[in-house]
Amino acid sequence: MIGTIIRYLSSSIPLGVPLLYGSTGEIVTEKSGHLNLGIPGIMYVGSISGVIGAFLYEQACGNRLANMNPALAILIPLLSCIIGSVLMGLIYSFLTVTLRVNQNVTGLALTTFGVGLGNFFGGSLAKLVDSELPNIILTNTSSFYDVSLPFAAKLGWFGEIFLSHDFLTYLAIAVAILTSLVLNRTRMGLNLRAVGENPATADAAGINVTRYKYLATCIGSAIAGLGGLQYVMVYADGVWSNNAFGDRGWMAIALVIFALWKPTMAIIGSFLFGMLCNLNNYMPQFGVPLGTDTQELFNMLPYVVTILVLIITSMRKKREHQPPQSLGLPYFREER
Amino acid sequence: MRKTTTVKHREPLIHIAKRDDMAAWQAWLIRLAAILIGFFVMSAVLTALASTSSGKDLSFGDILERLSRSVFGRLFEGKFSQLWKFLQETAVLLCLSLAVTPAFKMKFWNCGAEGQALFGGLAAMFCMINLGGKVPEPVLVPLVILASIIGGAVWGVIPAIFHAYYRTNETLFTLMMNYVATQIVAYYVYANGQGSNVINPVSTGALPVIGGQQYLLNVLIVTLLTVLTYVYLRFSKQGYEVSVVGESQNTARYIGINVKKVIIRTMIISGALCGIAGMLLVAGKDHSINTATVGGQGFTAIMVSWLGQFNPYIIAAMAALVSFLQIGAAGAADAYFLNSAYADVMVGVVVLCLVACEFFIRYTVKFRHSKKGGALA
Repeated sequence: MIGTIIRYLSSSIPLGVPLLYGSTGEIVTEKSGHLNLGIPGIMYVGSISGVIGAFLYEQACGNRLANMNPALAILIPLLSCIIGSVLMGLIYSFLTVTLRVNQNVTGLALTTFGVGLGNFFGGSLAKLVDSELPNIILTNTSSFYDVSLPFAAKLGWFGEIFLSHDFLTYLAIAVAILTSLVLNRTRMGLNLRAVGENPATADAAGINVTRYKYLATCIGSAIAGLGGLQYVMVYADGVWSNNAFGDRGWMAIALVIFALWKPTMAIIGSFLFGMLCNLNNYMPQFGVPLGTDTQELFNMLPYVVTILVLIITSMRKKREHQPPQSLGLPYFREER
Repeated sequence: MRKTTTVKHREPLIHIAKRDDMAAWQAWLIRLAAILIGFFVMSAVLTALASTSSGKDLSFGDILERLSRSVFGRLFEGKFSQLWKFLQETAVLLCLSLAVTPAFKMKFWNCGAEGQALFGGLAAMFCMINLGGKVPEPVLVPLVILASIIGGAVWGVIPAIFHAYYRTNETLFTLMMNYVATQIVAYYVYANGQGSNVINPVSTGALPVIGGQQYLLNVLIVTLLTVLTYVYLRFSKQGYEVSVVGESQNTARYIGINVKKVIIRTMIISGALCGIAGMLLVAGKDHSINTATVGGQGFTAIMVSWLGQFNPYIIAAMAALVSFLQIGAAGAADAYFLNSAYADVMVGVVVLCLVACEFFIRYTVKFRHSKKGGALA
């Protein structure tokens, strides 16, 4: 029983990591006053950009593990993932900051675009570069990503739950903590929060509103994109299949509210969500056999919990639990 | 001392100002240009990609021909089946877009059309399976329609009640309700699929076929709904209340409108229309249900409604445009062994172009030395 619980907890953590990246990225963006509904699309693009980078590198190495340089095998997908996501962030911020168009519609269109781009290249990449492989299976690159800490096996249950994961997992936690420190302990974070609360006041105080909004959106997108990369390289063992990433992006956006716009809360929230998503796989091992149909009902849990959190936070109406005040509103200096 | 105070003042290179109201025909010319730019650029990209994948030297015309053939089929040879599919897709997308429009006009971001339609469709399916054979068909069909309306309305009104009383974030609430509905449908499909995860098509309680065309009734229903929505929003007292609440809730309260009531009532209507869209898919097309029955059109509808500026007639045109792009691009990509998800890429780009062009309609860009701009104060 204890062994099952340990396995359950340990296998839930990789499920939470994409959500943590996604929600940390969205928190950074929302702090600048922009509700980026394009995050699901951005995560797809981050994922597929990483896949394309890895695919081309593996092709260049003749699909042989022995020819691959570990540093390049990690850096190429990582950088292409970041570049892809930042480009998406740039599109979003150009449209919503410079052109001041509706954030919700831009975000949704970006999600349609991003998910489409991911599935399109996922389904056509092999044909476009004329490779002999019909599917995108990057187990070689994945083997460089999915390396656990060397001393994990020696530390028993503690090692299995907390130390047996890949570096992107620890990076996610580090990024979330760093984001929290920057937001709450630095002048830059203070300025960013001011921009999100009241851009006119921030502008009057001499803060470059446009620059902060652009930076927050692009950095947020880069962080979110890494979630897509972790999913395909670690969780899916380097195998891309269309639509497999599913609705994790939307869940990440919901997590922002769950976390009350605090990145440190997002760490707890995303691993809790990972556990909820994983529960239906482990219920039989906990002694509760589930039919296929009831398993589907169990998959509902994370969403129901999110709804409950939404309702409870809105009922309590605490001041520090509210979204940035100008969230979703465009800022035009000449308008009062 | 800040540096800027010592530097000699210079006008910025580019200066953005609000534009006075632009004539409607000018605005539409800009939008048309945006659509065409997006469409032609993405078709050109597809030409290049298709040439690579098929190893043939394809021209731009080849792609355009494939595109239109996927949508309209071989009209000149008297074959209309392809065209009817296009009309059916447009009708469902239009119905969903009409559904979210009253909510959007009220600034209630109903992102839950997908779930509301799915739940309405599930209610219809439930009646078709459980009452089929027990109730005479002329009674069953209205029951199926009624069930879908109630199903959609229930799914829409839950977030509305919480938004009205506690100001719960409606965007995320409705979004999450989509996935709850999806999982309920997944459960229902497994529980009723007799060992498989497919529900076999049920003929009892399906919408009747009129004029020998399966989709004719669907198209007629949605046409009627389009006119009704227009009349409701434009000429009814309730439609007026929706606009006032959307413009300013304080004004609405001041002139004695019960804001909570309007929010809840409008979301019942919005959800009910989504339910009808779900019914059109279940009872009017598939006669079965699965988690992908609505297929993401609930999200597309949000964009269509906004692009149509909340005017049902313009929304109808936008729905036709979007489903043209969806079917056409998917068919053209498919023909050259590319993934049909290219359709989403194309729709995304065209919508982004349309969204971006709103900037040029609402603002004007003045350069430093342009005479029109005049000196800055």
